Formats: sequence, structure tokens, C-alpha cells
Amino acid sequence: MISKTSVKVSYESMTAFKSTVDPRAPTYLQNFATMTAVVAELKQRVGESSLGGGALAREKHLSRGKLLPRERVAVLVDAGSPFLELSQLAAFGMYKNEVPSAGIVTGVGRVSGVECLVVANDATVKGGTYYPETVKKHLRAQEIARENRLPCIYLVDSGGAFLPKQDEVFPDREHFGRIFYNQATMSGLGIPQLAVVMGSCTAGGAYVPAMSDESVIVRNQGTIFLGGPPLVKAATGEIVTAEALGGADVHSRKSGVTDHYARNDAHALEIARRMVANLNRHKQLALDVADPEPPRFAADELYGIVSTDLRKPYDVREVITRITDGSRFDEFKALYGTTLVTAFARLHGYPVGIIANNGILFSESALKGAHFIELCCQRGIPLVFLQNITGFMVGSKYEAGGIAKDGAKLVTAVACAKVPKFTVIIGGSFGAGNYGMCGRAYNPRFLWTWPNARISVMGGEQAAAVLAQVRRDNREAQGQTWSADDEEQFKAPIRAQYEAQGHPYYATARLWDDGIIDPVDTRSVLGLAISAALNAPIERTPFGVFRM
Amino acid sequence: MFKKILIANRGEIACRIIRTARRLGIKTVAVYSEADAGALHTRLADEAFAIGPAPSAQSYLDAAKLIAVASVAGAEAIHPGYGFLSENAEFAATIAAAGITFIGPDEKAIRIMGSKSEAKALVAQHDVPLVPGYYGADQSLSRLISEARMVGLPLLIKAIAGGGGRGMRIVRDFAEFEAALASAQREAQSAFGNATVLIERYIEHPRHIEVQVFGDKHGNLVHLFERDCSLQRRHQKVIEEAPAVLLTEAQRATLFDAALRAARAVDYVGAGTVEFIIDRQGAIYFIEMNTRLQVEHPVTELVTGFDLVEWQLRVAAGEPLPVRQSEILCRGHAVEVRLYAEDPAHDFRASIGELVHLRFPDSSDSVRVDTGVVCGDSVTPYYDAMVAKIITRGRDRAEALQQMRACLAETEVVGVNTNTDYLQRILTHPRYCTGGFNTHFVEDERASLTLDTSTTCVDALLLLAAVYQHAENARIRQAEAARSAEPHSPWVMLTGFRINAASTFEFEFKTKSGNITVEGTKAATGWSTTVAGRNFELLDYSLDGSTLSARCKDRTLHASIVRSRDELHVFFEGTHYCVQQVDRLHSHDDTEINTGALIAPMPGAITSVMVKVGDQVARGAPLLILEAMKIEHTITAPCAGTVSEIRFSIGEQVTAEGVELIKITPNESAAT
Repeated sequence: MISKTSVKVSYESMTAFKSTVDPRAPTYLQNFATMTAVVAELKQRVGESSLGGGALAREKHLSRGKLLPRERVAVLVDAGSPFLELSQLAAFGMYKNEVPSAGIVTGVGRVSGVECLVVANDATVKGGTYYPETVKKHLRAQEIARENRLPCIYLVDSGGAFLPKQDEVFPDREHFGRIFYNQATMSGLGIPQLAVVMGSCTAGGAYVPAMSDESVIVRNQGTIFLGGPPLVKAATGEIVTAEALGGADVHSRKSGVTDHYARNDAHALEIARRMVANLNRHKQLALDVADPEPPRFAADELYGIVSTDLRKPYDVREVITRITDGSRFDEFKALYGTTLVTAFARLHGYPVGIIANNGILFSESALKGAHFIELCCQRGIPLVFLQNITGFMVGSKYEAGGIAKDGAKLVTAVACAKVPKFTVIIGGSFGAGNYGMCGRAYNPRFLWTWPNARISVMGGEQAAAVLAQVRRDNREAQGQTWSADDEEQFKAPIRAQYEAQGHPYYATARLWDDGIIDPVDTRSVLGLAISAALNAPIERTPFGVFRM
Repeated sequence: MFKKILIANRGEIACRIIRTARRLGIKTVAVYSEADAGALHTRLADEAFAIGPAPSAQSYLDAAKLIAVASVAGAEAIHPGYGFLSENAEFAATIAAAGITFIGPDEKAIRIMGSKSEAKALVAQHDVPLVPGYYGADQSLSRLISEARMVGLPLLIKAIAGGGGRGMRIVRDFAEFEAALASAQREAQSAFGNATVLIERYIEHPRHIEVQVFGDKHGNLVHLFERDCSLQRRHQKVIEEAPAVLLTEAQRATLFDAALRAARAVDYVGAGTVEFIIDRQGAIYFIEMNTRLQVEHPVTELVTGFDLVEWQLRVAAGEPLPVRQSEILCRGHAVEVRLYAEDPAHDFRASIGELVHLRFPDSSDSVRVDTGVVCGDSVTPYYDAMVAKIITRGRDRAEALQQMRACLAETEVVGVNTNTDYLQRILTHPRYCTGGFNTHFVEDERASLTLDTSTTCVDALLLLAAVYQHAENARIRQAEAARSAEPHSPWVMLTGFRINAASTFEFEFKTKSGNITVEGTKAATGWSTTVAGRNFELLDYSLDGSTLSARCKDRTLHASIVRSRDELHVFFEGTHYCVQQVDRLHSHDDTEINTGALIAPMPGAITSVMVKVGDQVARGAPLLILEAMKIEHTITAPCAGTVSEIRFSIGEQVTAEGVELIKITPNESAAT
């Protein structure tokens, strides 16, 4: 007799992974404690950075009836909706830490139901002027907008380029001018450019609203001019106030530089929300979305699984199962090239192809990865890279086996793949492993780092050993000797340099990633990022030549 | 028994009649005005007919239309309810002539009892006690003075054609009599064209007691005990109860005897009410007889256990009364409140509007709610603003009152103001609770009844409002997402997600003590919240419809919350609070911004100047007219202010675009 089952069985029910994590094991507990501390430090630093300028600057800003940049964002986005902030720790540890978040808030937020890229200057940080990292962060935000076709909303409150560093922010291709180039070309691609003038837009800054499709200005706060009152006085002798020169009345009633007139910040943001509501955008998904399901395992168990000591291995499936819907995933080639795990899964209902390191890359793992990427591109499935890689295998056997050309196949596949790619550096990111696992240079739509991660061309110890070996060879060729003590003295600073420069804070400060995230948030961040990326259609991939 | 009846009424009474008719297997025909299209009574009835525009004179009072509908629908009888045509003798006669049964007494009883003087003259012959008075035709001054002496002080001079207190004077000293008489006559003459007055003893602080009687066409007549309707406001009953408090058995016997005599005097058939007043000495006087079913009939139904509408139908159909007097018992105590859409804080003015939210206590053996509206209906200016009657029954008065207080605490109305809190204050007033009240209670106790005694527990209340809004925002986002290509978008599901920072919410409310912000930060379990600096650990919450439960560390708060525009109505612990939410995004008036400057839009001629220097002008006021390109351009004031300069006069040419025409100095308050 056939009985009706009360459990709804899906045709696409994936394989559930059996976790072997023991939350009472000493290593688990130790890992948990260490990661908890690392994450707490991260949150504290982000908290400090998000205050922006000093208390005095904030008070002055608020006393003028202006909202702080993060308040502006909170008011702008749909009430209670997420904000996927980018590079919170940009410029961290640089310029005596005087430019928190590089003086600019960027991120993806939902406005009137539309995912938008928001760029908000923080006038409490050096008057909102552009440091090199500010420019880089602004351009990166625009790049994200372009790749994912997200309407851009610029909340402008900036004094323009930081003049003492003009050589680092003005002349080059990826400098200040690129902002307006991007505005023009994105507008040309049908990616809306909207500006909310909430403070100064001086000189080059004047082009942000002027180059926008639609703009709003706050009276008595927003000003737009190519030359400010001091410059005008110097040039022509004319004495004029900022408001009379380029205030809301001038630009909304006379010049037509702005399209809407706002009484205050909140009013301007309301108008911005209406502008977005009038964009006539309709997001269409070309993939099969299922009802989302939370993982069956608690996300914070990641703390106990992942060691902050990158030399301690663990099964990356334990990570995958804490990210995917229902903790399920279907492995592809589970028995082949086992140091790379490739699996189909769902994340917040979206189909994804996951590529995760589970050891060093061999030829087989590289070939498997390339094959899997081809499948995902063929099927239009977004790719998620969980990167924890020391590199490709070295040695004569492997060179002779053609690991270089197999590695190249993986790098080719990664580079050419047009499906949205997302990278999370969950451990080491070293050498060519970084390339094969979709490092920054391979244009993942978003790239996030866990706070335990390290990134460099190779490990500090290896670099020190390589350089020491080279030096020893030189010395010995010249008939000199090199004591073990001397060698250690030589190696120590190299190790220290690699440790410092490979640290995620160093990396994120320089925008090598889009931010450091709490491992617990990985699923949420990926879900938001995938959804944002789906604003752009998924294109077919023309692959380059795979060296056979 | 009838197969089908027409109900010539609306609202709760129409619904109430339909309920009994349905139970008896009688089909019902409802009628409705344009304002009542879709109203509850039209949906409950088997058939419903439109009978005209909203004003009752053109619909519910239009006898011809009602009769036409009755004959089209094939109704054998018409139930008039109360009000409208229920005591219209002519209507009763007309429909009888049309071969339709009037569910009520015969035309003669209605007519006699409808005339106060005729009624009094008749019942006096049947030994029904009357207030001493003079109702004679001799209006000579000397006669009126001598009659006044007979009546005694204090006395009332009343125009016989009067109403609404006009032509009415109270005299407490004979020295004032002539002057009062003259002024009453003058007023009566001018108001009613008839200066005839009557003189009656003025009964101070009386109680208003009425007796429910019922007669059939077989000569049977019974009473169903009394109701105390002393709690009135401006002659409108507010709370009624049965039996009356503080009444001796002797007084009761007198009342019932007098009531039956009065009814018998007109061979009364159907449901009737004989009204009396009782003075401070306990003397009982007949006032009038109402020849219809009263609004407050449910209290009698609850203490006797009989359905008076059923009796009306049976009696009208010719059946005898179902029981004898000895079988009618009064058990327990019942009380009724009339829930009105009115604003006690503003002199009880009627409150009109849509009933955005409506929740009544659950009905049970001891709780009854008679209403004719449902959520989404409107209280219109055309008819009585009663939203519902709530009736409770207890073993004794204390129990019935206790029950009623609980019922009012569960009653939720949003969209119109109601007298709920006012009723609650009466029900908790010691003088009311002990029974020591009379028809002047509401006036005497005005201060303590209108005093806002609600101690605002602002903190918990605002927390609830904020949590509601937070949950409501999520609901709105989800509803929007459901219509999109991504119904489960993480942008919707991950409420308030922030990278490396806790999810937060913040809401600002306008309160009597200034604006108060409620902040919440997601914690490991639940939310850590602060209300005006005070911490609340919110562990969990759930919102089901309008019902919010917020589990805090030390207690769980329950409330019913409804939004109406920017107001949140919070029903919390039996009190209705209204808090206004400050919406940062929608608090701007941009009309001012969009008004043009005072400049010539183009060259032209001034054809009119409406103001002169020194004039105060309101925003938008026309100042002058410029004619150009065959079009008149009116220049209006961009803000309220004073005209400080006019640069052109009529006929002058303005030669260039952008020339300033007039200057306004804005008022201080207009500047922002």
C-alpha cells in the first residue's frame, strides 16, 4: 500500500552533509575562543571607524541641521532593510588613522524596492575631501554599480580632492576624473546616476551633480560651484556668499544644475527615494530560485571549526554546510581532485556553484575546478569561491605532469567566467592559488575576507626561506659563510613584513577586498551580494584557449 | 406567522430584528439609503432595496417608498425599529390601509401617547400619578398665576409646542414668575408661533425609571419589570440598567400598577415603555409612554430571558403573549452602555469617519454586543452616531458592572473618537457604583468625568508602538517582495542587516512631554531597547494582525495596535492611547518651495493690483495681475507677510522678464 507522505519532498532535494564537528573538543573550544576575540576586535575597529571624524567635527556637522553620513544612508534605504556596506576599514592604519573609512561610506542598499549603490561623503572626515583611498573606494563602488547594473545615488558633501596629495588623487587613469567618466558612461549604459547635494560640491566635485541624470539640493547646505567664494574673489574681485554663488535657489531656480529643491537632509532623501521609485526598473531573474531555507547547523560553529592558525587543516565541507540552504549541497567529482571541493547548492534560494579549497591544488583539482566553472557558465549559475589556498603543488614530478598548464586552465576558466563570481577569503590567499581561486584581479563581483585570513604572494616563512637561500647561494658563490644567526637576523624582518602586509587589516585598508566580515555573516553577505548581482543579466561566457 | 417582513430601519436595530426573524424562519427585507449601500443590515437581510439619498427625510422617513418596497418584495409586515417612523401614527394607519401589518401598537395608541397633553389627560382618568400641573386653555395671566400657586415651587413653565429647551423657564420664587412667564411666552411665540404654555412642578434631581409593558390582541397585558435610565446626558440616555437600583418593593408595585393602567388606557398592543420620574422623596410621576421598542430593551431581555422582538412578531401576527405575568421573572442584573462616535473632550461633538479598526468583546451568556457596523464602515453625519450597544449581565449589579468595565477595556475603535473612556469613568465613579445617581449625575460630576485620569505609562506604551512599527515595516517589505520576482529576497528577509554591526531600529514619537525616541539593538536573544533612556530587554515579540505580544525580561506586554495615517492607536491595559509617529521622510511641506518669486514671468502690462503697501497677506493670496501674450498671470504671495513695496501701478508696462514687481516681508512664523 502506498501511503501519502506528509513531508514535502522536493525533486531537487540535495544531499545533506553529515557534520562531524564535536563542539566539546578542546581544539574546537580553543578555536572558538580565538575567533571570538578576533571578531570582537574587528567589530570594535569598525565601530570606531563608523563614527567618522572626531566628536568636535560631528557636533559641528549636526549643529548645522545635517545628518551624519550613516544616518543619511539609514534614512535613504527602505526602513528596516539591510545595508551592505563596503570597505568599512578603508585607510585603516594609514594617515595616523585620521581618515576613518577613507572619509566615504559606500554600499548597496534597497531604496524604494530597488537595490542601489550608495556613495556618501563624510564631511566630518577632513571635510569629505578625497584621499587616494577615498578615490579608490569611490571608484570601486562605481565598478560594482557598473558590473551589477545598480543605480547610483551620490550623497555629496565633499570639499573635492585632498590638495596636499594631488599627485595621488588627480592625474592618473584611476584617479578623481574617473568618477565623472564613470558617471557619463554608466548613464550611457542606462545605469541611473542620481545626486543629492547635501554639502559642498566644489570644483571637480561640482561635476557629480552636474553629471547626474537627476539631482536634488538642500537649501542652505548644498552648494555647487566650479570656483568657491575665495577663488572668485581672487580671480575677479567679486565678493559673494557660497549660498548666493551656488546654493539651492541659484541651481534650482536659475541655473538648472539641480532638479529638486529640499528644505533639509531628510526632505532631500525623501526626494531621492521618489527619484528611484520613478526609475521604472524591473528586476528579472534568469535563474531558478527556490524558497530559501536556513542551514541546519549554527553559523557560529564556524568559530570552532576554523583555526586562526592557517596551518591547521579542517574539512571545508563543514564551512559549506553552514552557509547553504538546508545545509545541503551536491558534490561534483567528489572522488576526483579531492583537494578542491566543487558543489552545487542553494544559498538564500539562489542556485550557486561552490568552489572551495580543501588542501593544496594539484593538476586534478585544477582540472576539476575548470570543468566545474564551465558547467556553471553553461548553466548560468553564480560561482562562490571559498578561498583558503597556499598554492599549487611544486616539485619536478608535478612540473613534468604539467601542473603549470593545468593551473592555467583553472585560471583561464576563472578569468573568463561571465557568471557572477563571489569570493570569500576564509583562510590563506597565497601565490597563484589566489588567481585560480578568483582573487581581486579576476573581477569577482564582490570579494570579502574573514578576519583570520592572510594574503601575500607566498607565506612569510617561505618568502624568508627563499630569499635566505638566494642570499646564502650568493654568499657561498663568493666563498663567504653565513651563520645561522645571521640568517635568522636576515629572515626575521622579512617574516615581519609579510605578516604585517599579509594581514587582513592591511589588505582591507588598501581596498584589496570589499571588507572584512564576521564568518557568521557569510551567508547573509553572500545572499545580499548575489541578489544585487542579479540586477545585471547573466551573459554567455566566451572562454579563452585552454592549453591542453 | 409572517413569512416575510420589511424592516424600515437601519443600523444595529435592523440587524437585531433580522437576527430574531431569521431564528423564527421569517425572511427579511432591508432598505437602505445611498449612505448605507453595503451596510451590515443590507448584507444580513435576505433582500435589500435602495430607497433614496442619504438624508433620512428622503429615504428612511419616506413612507410611500417603504410601502412600495414592501409590496414589491411581498412583505406582509413592517417592523419600524425605533426612531424614524416607529411612532408615526399616520404611517401606521397608511400601511394598515395598504394591507400590511404594522409591527407595533395601533394608530390610535400611537397618536394619543404621542401627544403629551392628551396622554396625560387620559392616564389621569386611570389613576396614574402625574406631576402637578396646569394644561388648560385659559392662558390669562391671573389664571396662570393662580394655577402656579396650586402647582407649587419649584415650577416649570413650558411652551406646549416647545422642544429643545426653548420656551422653557424654571421658577424657584413666585416673585420671578411673571417675568419668567413673559419671556417664555415671547420665546415660544417667536420660535413656534404659539405662546401657549403649561405649568408643571419642577422635579429636581429626579431619577428616570421606565417600565416595559407588552400587550397582545387578546386583551393580555404584562409588564417586564423596570429599567433605570437616570444616567443621561442632555436628555440622551447613556447607561441603562435593569432592575433599577435603590427601589423599594412598594415603589416597584406602584410603578408596575401605574404602567399597566396607562397601557390599558389605550388598549395597548405590542411592546411599549411607560416612563416615570421619581423625586427625592420617592414619589412617582408618569411622564410619557413610548409606543415602540426602546433602544435599551436588551437589558430587559437579559434579566427576563425573553426575546422582545420575537414577542413583537408573534403579537403582530395575532398570537397571544407566550407567557403569563407570573411566569415573567427578573433574574440578576443587566446594564447597557451606548458606545457613541463622539468626542467627550470637545463637548461631545459627533465624530465622523471610517471605522478603520473595530473590536468588540466576545459575546457570551453574560455579554451581548448589538451593532450595525463592521470594520471599514463609516460613521456618517446623516444618522445617529451610535457605534454599538454593549450589554452585560451579572448575578447582581456589582457583577454586571465589573463585567462591563472588562468589556469596555476590550473594546477597540479606531477612526472616530468614542465615549469609551468616558463610559469607563462613569462605571468606576463611586457615586454611580453605589447607585446614588439621578438624571443630573453627568452634569454634577462633570469635572471628575472629563478629567483625564489615565496615567500614561509612556515607556511600555512607546516600546510597544516602536516594536509594532518595526514588525509592520517588515510586513510591508514582505508584501512588496511577494509581488516582485524575488519574493524571498534576502534584502527583505534579513531585517536591518549591517556588516559588523548589530541590526537596529529607531522610532520617534510625539508625546505630551515632547518627542521621545525608542531605540532597539539586536542582541544575542531579542533586542536591547531604550525608551527615553530607560532600558527594556525585549526577548521576543509577535505580531498577529493587530495584536502585538512583546515578551520582556520580567513581563509580557500585550496590546492591540492600529495605524491610522501617522497615528498609532495602542489599546493597552484597557486604555486607548494615540501616539503620533514622527516620520523623518514625510514631514515636509513643500508647497512653499514651489511658489514662484515675485517677478515678472515675461514682459507685459499690469492690469490689476489687489493689495496696497502695508497689507497683511496670506500665502497664496493674489497680489497683482500681469497680462502678457494674451494671458493673465496672477502673482501670488509666496508666504504670509506684509506688502512692503509695490513697484508698478495699473496700466504700467513691465518691459523685461525677471523684473521684481512687488515685495513681501515674511511674517516671523513663516520663516523656517
